[in-house]
Amino acid sequence: MVLEQLIAITEKEKKARKEICIRCCMAAGCMSSRGAEIKESIEKAVSEKGLQNRIEVRRVGCMGSCGQGPMVGIEPAGLLYQHVTPENAASIVEGLSGGSAEAELGDPKHPFFSRQKLIVCANSGRIDPERIEDSIEAGGYLTLQHVVSELQPSQVIDAVLKSGLRGRGGAGYPTGLKWGTVAKSPGTRKFVVCNGDEGDPGAFMDRSVLESDPHRVLEGMAIAGYAVGADQAFIYVRAEYPLAVSRLQTAIRQAKHHGLLGNGIFESTFNFNVELRIGAGAFVCGEETALMASIEGRRGQPHPRPPFPAESGLWGFPTLINNVETYANIVPIVKKGPDWFASLGTEKSKGTKVFSLTGKVRNNGLIEVPIGITIREIVEDLGGGAPDGAKVKAVQTGGPSGGCIPVEHFDTPVDYESLVGLGSIMGSGGMVVMDEHTNMVDVARFYMQFCMEESCGKCIPCRAGTVQMYELLTKIVERRGTRNDLEQLEELCDLVKHTSLCGLGQTAPNPVLSTLRYFRNEYLELLNKEVQESGSSGVQEQKT
Amino acid sequence: MKVIKPPLPSEDKRWKIVDAKMRRLGYAGHALIETLHTVQESFGYLDKEALSFIARALRVPPSRVYGVATFYNFFSLKPQGVHTCVVCLGTACYVKGASQVLAAIELYSGIKSGETTSDKQLSLLTARCIGACAIGPAVVYDGIVAGHRTPDNAVEKLEGVIGDGA
Ligand SMILES: Cc1cc2nc3c(=O)[nH]c(=O)nc-3n(C[C@H](O)[C@H](O)[C@H](O)COP(=O)(O)O)c2cc1C
Ligand code: SF4
Ligand code: FES
Repeated sequence: MVLEQLIAITEKEKKARKEICIRCCMAAGCMSSRGAEIKESIEKAVSEKGLQNRIEVRRVGCMGSCGQGPMVGIEPAGLLYQHVTPENAASIVEGLSGGSAEAELGDPKHPFFSRQKLIVCANSGRIDPERIEDSIEAGGYLTLQHVVSELQPSQVIDAVLKSGLRGRGGAGYPTGLKWGTVAKSPGTRKFVVCNGDEGDPGAFMDRSVLESDPHRVLEGMAIAGYAVGADQAFIYVRAEYPLAVSRLQTAIRQAKHHGLLGNGIFESTFNFNVELRIGAGAFVCGEETALMASIEGRRGQPHPRPPFPAESGLWGFPTLINNVETYANIVPIVKKGPDWFASLGTEKSKGTKVFSLTGKVRNNGLIEVPIGITIREIVEDLGGGAPDGAKVKAVQTGGPSGGCIPVEHFDTPVDYESLVGLGSIMGSGGMVVMDEHTNMVDVARFYMQFCMEESCGKCIPCRAGTVQMYELLTKIVERRGTRNDLEQLEELCDLVKHTSLCGLGQTAPNPVLSTLRYFRNEYLELLNKEVQESGSSGVQEQKT
Repeated sequence: MKVIKPPLPSEDKRWKIVDAKMRRLGYAGHALIETLHTVQESFGYLDKEALSFIARALRVPPSRVYGVATFYNFFSLKPQGVHTCVVCLGTACYVKGASQVLAAIELYSGIKSGETTSDKQLSLLTARCIGACAIGPAVVYDGIVAGHRTPDNAVEKLEGVIGDGA
């Protein structure tokens, strides 16, 4: 492939475009509500009316408002239909040819859409993720071409560094610094790894990106490979995401076929091969050292760092590991320049962040917002508050490693530092809204059970501590707990946090600590009053 | 030294698929998890014969094969029922009432999560988020996701799924 061919494909695609485009969401959410049938019935209606020359029916990825799905969009009219069914889908075509559509109209001007800033998700819901030509028409692989033919690896790293991009997998480590370390580490081989394990239960940003725009991630990885000097990459995707896996397989095959991956990319000396690895249902494999053990075909158990993967990763070679969303940011950064990217966000956290907004909130779905937006704006303006007149009580960010932020702090801007200040973390982007009916101690117990079951068992504080903490929480939830139990719980939190080997154990107490910090009353109310006063347990049994 | 490849365990064509996977990855030790995936996809679960065959073919100790197969939740060492029903218990589904959905299904089927009915018709499983959070509570019936489940419509759908296959 050379530049001219890339341009030729773009021209050909542009010519083939029709007057009207009906976009049918075929990402996992809408697919599960008969998205494929909807597309078929629209296609049938188009051909029955003989409108094939005017109307294109396109499979697209996620449009964001998954909770209102299945979604169908009409371009250029800018219409959005929601809760579409295969039965009323045909009437959408009717609506385009003078009749009236029966399907429910959505509001594309709603803050849910208008407050978003799309960088990572710019092509999501617009292009067909199973056609590389669609990606190319949207500018795909042009940046890679520019990078391999005109930039030095160090220039690419400088751009990423200057952009201020920080890792989107949770910890927020500056991406450019990591790339620089891998580039400098001596090694006869180097690897690039994309972390698509997305273990936070309640988050689906990476799934959506992979299902909606896989080429964006592949191109970002290839640019990373060029920058750090790696010729082999792995994408690790969890097995729970079969559609993302199959779309990635398709994308990798197409990119290889067009010479956009493989050897001698754009007639340069740059080789880059990507292999897919499927996870097997272990949360800890999202942790980078465990993930690499898993790629090597071993049990996914973390090992102590240092050495960091950047120095000694896969099979002992320097390895760059970044999250899906991190890679998806690379193309726009290189294309539009680091200054443009750095102009978005806050002083220390640049760009946008994709969140999956779920739980007790009216508008469930995927949103991409500038970093620095307040929690209130997200939950109330975009999310529309809690359904059924209930009051929102808190929002959970960061999953099992994060915490619950109460409504008093909703005016805090969302960035890495301020969320840590509140006892939570930015995490990978899960945002679960809780309302007045949610029992916070139960939520803490829910996460502790998760960590207990997902602990890999390598180190004792985490393996044994999570079990103890879970039992104490259960006792409290079942109103059998005493003040002593609460004290012991707090001590254990401290111990497990400071003595565990990997991030799983180190952060497992966070949901407990943050609910204790903001909702201590809920714990106290659950304590067994009688036992509490007499100071010994077993009183309850005697009572009956 | 010429490496001797162990013979396939049986004539069953599915072993050819498994062998093709290992060949593509050069019979290397790191192909282990990918190979286990292929066996589980083809046969539905991993039995002892499969594990020891893989150990020989990839030249890794049987203890490591067993260790890996039991470490990851996705692998099953027991045969599954004709139908599977996976209830998501991820956070988003949980706060919207997934545990009531699970309880209703357990009551209906008479089995607990992780079990298979005695007539081998149904296996009931739970998951940690399948990425359908926005339409939770989510349940996966025979690989197909259904969103917005309530205890009632979850059981109703299950009846349909089991009925269809019988
Ligand atoms: C228990 C645990 C689970 C993790 N899960 C994920 C995950 O699902 N996805 C992810 O990208 N990073 C996850 N991480 C963070 C990774 O270890 C790593 O920091 C990240 O992939 C680096 O990429 P980034 O710099 O682009 O964020 C997890 C860390 C821990 C400790
Ligand atoms: S902290 Fe937990 S998950 Fe991490 S290594 Fe120790 S036991 Fe394993
Ligand atoms: S929490 Fe159930 S699909 Fe994510």
